[in-house]
Amino acid sequence: MTRTLITGNAAAAWGARLAGAEYVPAFPITPQTEIIETLAGWIDAGEMDCRLVTLESEHSMITAAGAAASTGVRVFSATSSQGLLYAMEMIYAVPGYRAPFVLVNVSRGVQTPVTLEPDHNDVLAARDSGFLQLHCATCQEVLDSILIAYRLAEDHRVRLPALVNLDGFYLSFTREPVEIPDPAAAGRFLPPYDPESTRFHAGEPVSQGVAVLGGAYYSYFRYQQHLAAQRALAVYDEVAAEFAQQFGRRYDAVEAYRSEDAEIVFFMIGSFSTKAKDAVDRLREAGQAVGLVRPRLLRPFPAEALRRALEGKKGVAVIDQNLSMGMGGVLHGELAAALYGRAGMPPVLASFIGGLGGRDIAAEEFCEMAAVTRRACTEGSTPPPRLLYTADELRQMRKLQTVAHAERMEGKTT
Amino acid sequence: MESGFLEVPEEMSDETITVYKHMKDLPSSRLLGAGTPMCAGCGGLLAIHQIYDILGEKTVFVNAAGCMTLLTVYPHTPFRGSWLYTAMASAPAGAQGVRDALDVQLARGRIKADEDLQVVVLTGDGAAYGMGMSSTSGAIEQGLDFIYVCYDNEGYANTGQQSSPATPHGARTSTSTGAQGFGGYKKDLFAIWAAHRPAYVATVIGTEPVDLARKIEKAKGLKGPRLIIALSPCPTGWDFDPRETVEIGHLAVKTGIWPLKEYENGKVTHTRPPSRRAPVEEYLEKQGRFAHLFHPRRNEALLAEIQARVDDYWAGVEESHLT
Ligand SMILES: Cc1ncc(C[n+]2csc(CCOP(=O)(O)OP(=O)(O)O)c2C)c(N)n1
Ligand code: SF4
Ligand SMILES: [Mg+2]
Repeated sequence: MTRTLITGNAAAAWGARLAGAEYVPAFPITPQTEIIETLAGWIDAGEMDCRLVTLESEHSMITAAGAAASTGVRVFSATSSQGLLYAMEMIYAVPGYRAPFVLVNVSRGVQTPVTLEPDHNDVLAARDSGFLQLHCATCQEVLDSILIAYRLAEDHRVRLPALVNLDGFYLSFTREPVEIPDPAAAGRFLPPYDPESTRFHAGEPVSQGVAVLGGAYYSYFRYQQHLAAQRALAVYDEVAAEFAQQFGRRYDAVEAYRSEDAEIVFFMIGSFSTKAKDAVDRLREAGQAVGLVRPRLLRPFPAEALRRALEGKKGVAVIDQNLSMGMGGVLHGELAAALYGRAGMPPVLASFIGGLGGRDIAAEEFCEMAAVTRRACTEGSTPPPRLLYTADELRQMRKLQTVAHAERMEGKTT
Repeated sequence: MESGFLEVPEEMSDETITVYKHMKDLPSSRLLGAGTPMCAGCGGLLAIHQIYDILGEKTVFVNAAGCMTLLTVYPHTPFRGSWLYTAMASAPAGAQGVRDALDVQLARGRIKADEDLQVVVLTGDGAAYGMGMSSTSGAIEQGLDFIYVCYDNEGYANTGQQSSPATPHGARTSTSTGAQGFGGYKKDLFAIWAAHRPAYVATVIGTEPVDLARKIEKAKGLKGPRLIIALSPCPTGWDFDPRETVEIGHLAVKTGIWPLKEYENGKVTHTRPPSRRAPVEEYLEKQGRFAHLFHPRRNEALLAEIQARVDDYWAGVEESHLT
């Protein structure tokens, strides 16, 4: 098998193409746009048999996606950041249609202030929507995750839409060698979509998205979605195993890197986990028992697999590339909920916020986080959450503030 | 019931093609099921009944938030065909998704031509004139093959009749309770649609069933974006006794405040121009939402303004016929 150098966005487009997506409702937004442009190019060149329609907003785009999936075709779409937030009403609505499709989100920080660079506040806003969530760390994983996501979403035990996340810039615009599966092999792994009874056509009327009167009926349908999402854990394992068998690439729901015998582990999602792996290697060379645990699946939350991966560890450094104002890191809370009150779980969960709006997390910072966590383990107390920021960054910020101040004063004197 | 109206001028007539010339020609079937939770005397439901009788069950109704959302409450539906609830802003985008997905499957032979459906958007005025404007404009611009039915009850009725972009000047609503009523002016949705040059636009009212039937029949026979705006007297929101719905509907047309018209091929035609227009007061005084124009004393200035706007409208229509 040959490997091709392509960006994360191109890998996402290949995922949709190899999945045989038949309908792509679209709307441009950086850093996602290259995905829909690539698909549009293939369609125009006759290389892909698919209909791409540019709606007038992401709200409409997700409505059209849910409606088309409910009509019986395989749907793909993509967005980022403000686009995902603009669509949020429908992101919460369409999972209830139980008509699966795949949405790629290319993570980008949300305003204010405005930025194009990545963090995970956008995708975590969809956390409780009913979409399944797969988080990628490499371009290869982006392509493969899309094929896996369709199998998972369309499985008759699940039937929920799935969101595949990749980081803007770090993956979207970064070229990596990617093995592009042969279309026939992709087709064997992912057969044509079977809409079962969920489709609109004359002769068999269907009512979708209807109202209920009363909390008990409402709860029933909401519980069904939840139970289906939970069932997706076991289905994921099956699908990932089949994928590994066919393509030789394993994607466990939880990736554990040199964590077997580790005392301290980093816990994080997304492309920055490759930086963490690098730091783990360095720390290992320095004789420290450090590892990485990275959930690929965030919804459903692989709590049991995480408990297995973290059992017996002394401490976890949870690195959140998101910030819930007034609370802290979202993943920290999620992990704490999964581990609390269980025997053998790490007593220290240290919380670190970093990598917001594309801010790098340097190798030294990983070492420092490991050291802070180790100290906390020795002292037996959890340290307060840390907001990563260096003295140099603060100096640069102060410079800008001085300029801003000078500009404002200038405006006042004239 | 046709007395008081000018005969439809010969060159505008579709007498030769329509099957709906008289009341007796209207469908006798009642396709839409009974027992919906709509208020007694609901003018919106009246129109939807008649529209459904003609469009039939090979349809999927794509709905936005509003009173009619409660037509389909699990496990019941009055429709013999399909239904998709979307959200307040994006029913036309839902229609786009359904239409495109049907076309994809037709092209691939996965469904046969006789399994195809007419895609119908059903929303209130709040969605059609306001929140859904962006997705509506997008769908027309795509040339989407769909029929948009707007039941216009001139307010956000489902949430308690607050002022909407379709509320008429001077009406009392739950957010316009002052002595002058609603200070804004009803938006001209017909003109906004016509400016997009779609296949068809028509105004209708459930109390003019023959006119309504012809227009739905015509819309059904066309392709592309088609809009039906049905003025929908609403006893609850407009504050009148349910038994007055039909009379108020007749007066809306007789006074000229609701012109029945259609747009096709760049041309606007008035299908029921009133011969002698009754004073608009006759329409207003039947509705509690305009009571403050009459009690405790007459608001002559506001009444005159409302009348003048109706007069201006029809003066414009007559002028365009002369030229
Ligand atoms: C995004 C959103 N905002 C507000 C609402 C609350 N809401 C439900 S129905 C409705 C009124 C809709 O007005 P209209 O389209 O005229 O329909 P009607 O209620 O008059 O039938 C509103 C504001 C909603 N469902 N969704
Ligand atoms: S409030 Fe008005 S439009 Fe809504 S159901 Fe009642 S009568 Fe009909
Ligand atoms: Mg309304």
